[in-house]
Amino acid sequence: MASSKASRLGEEVWKTRMDKVNAELVVLTYGTIVAQLCKDFDSDYIEVNKQLDKMGYNIGLRLIDDYLAKSNTMRRCSNFRETAEMIARVGFKIFLNITPTVTNWTSDGKQFSLIFDENPFADFVELPDDGRAQDELWYSNILCGVLRGALEMVQMQVEAHFVSDVLRGNDTTEMRVTLIRYIDDELPPEDD
Amino acid sequence: MSYYFAIIGTQDNPLFEHEFGTSKQGGDGQAHFGEQARHLNQFVLHSSLDIVEEVQWTTGQLYLKVIDKFFTSYISCFMTGGNVKFLLLHQPNATAASVPGAGASGASTSSASRSSTAVGANPTSPQTEEAIKNFFYEVYDNYVKAIMNPFYKVNTEIRSPVFRQRVAAAGRKYL
Repeated sequence: MASSKASRLGEEVWKTRMDKVNAELVVLTYGTIVAQLCKDFDSDYIEVNKQLDKMGYNIGLRLIDDYLAKSNTMRRCSNFRETAEMIARVGFKIFLNITPTVTNWTSDGKQFSLIFDENPFADFVELPDDGRAQDELWYSNILCGVLRGALEMVQMQVEAHFVSDVLRGNDTTEMRVTLIRYIDDELPPEDD
Repeated sequence: MSYYFAIIGTQDNPLFEHEFGTSKQGGDGQAHFGEQARHLNQFVLHSSLDIVEEVQWTTGQLYLKVIDKFFTSYISCFMTGGNVKFLLLHQPNATAASVPGAGASGASTSSASRSSTAVGANPTSPQTEEAIKNFFYEVYDNYVKAIMNPFYKVNTEIRSPVFRQRVAAAGRKYL
């Protein structure tokens, strides 16, 4: 699917089929989750990142069905580049009303970056100034898990992680996504 | 003109304080409180909390204007909806009240400055009230953003350097 067509699809689905929710509710709810995790794990930010990723993974496993139903694209992407465009222009558009930029492809077409110009989770947020959060916590790490979970359900094993975040003082918020392999349909074990 | 700004929480606990001077009329933006006055300012603000409680139910407004006066120090107050108080101590003439108990000389200098039209020179003039009101509303705006930060626990000290910068910027802009 051409990227402009994907953009139109994302726009249309977001306008017509998605229920909207107050942005500040999202900010505060997500913020509370992250802050509570930081408290529960005694500011072990590495562990907080893991937990966020796990939560995202569980969301992604379910969200993919919602995505397929709402976007009505019951068709396989022909390659990983198309997948990336669909994630950015349809997936992020309909669930978060943002369109991250897909860029920095490796030559084998298996690794790309998503650059987030805006991040609806991160409004008002300032990371704790304990000297470690700035270096260790990936505030929006739940998104990595969501992508990993969602793509796993459509036979793609990926690895996703943030490489920069404006909350840490970087210029951009960038997530790196790597395709590890296409998961082959496994035959059910035979009963003999 | 020197200013001392403090945010007081719901339990009369200090959340934030910031000292600055006027940037209008070629002011250098620095507070010129005497060494003793800087400690005294905290007491003056604290004692005016009683007055805040008296006047807060009378107007129904957030901005309560000048509520208290201690020699040449005037205290303006702004209540947020959540019963957090913004207090601004402003001193038209920095030298007059830097020594506690210098009441006589303080009174004469403040009456002299009444004639000036500079913003802040006359603490109860409409221009000054308006300037302080604008300052308070800008700080209120930024305060709301600061407390929306999920890592900030409400009614505790505000340590955000970003917030401090914004308060300083609001001070430069209006006062």
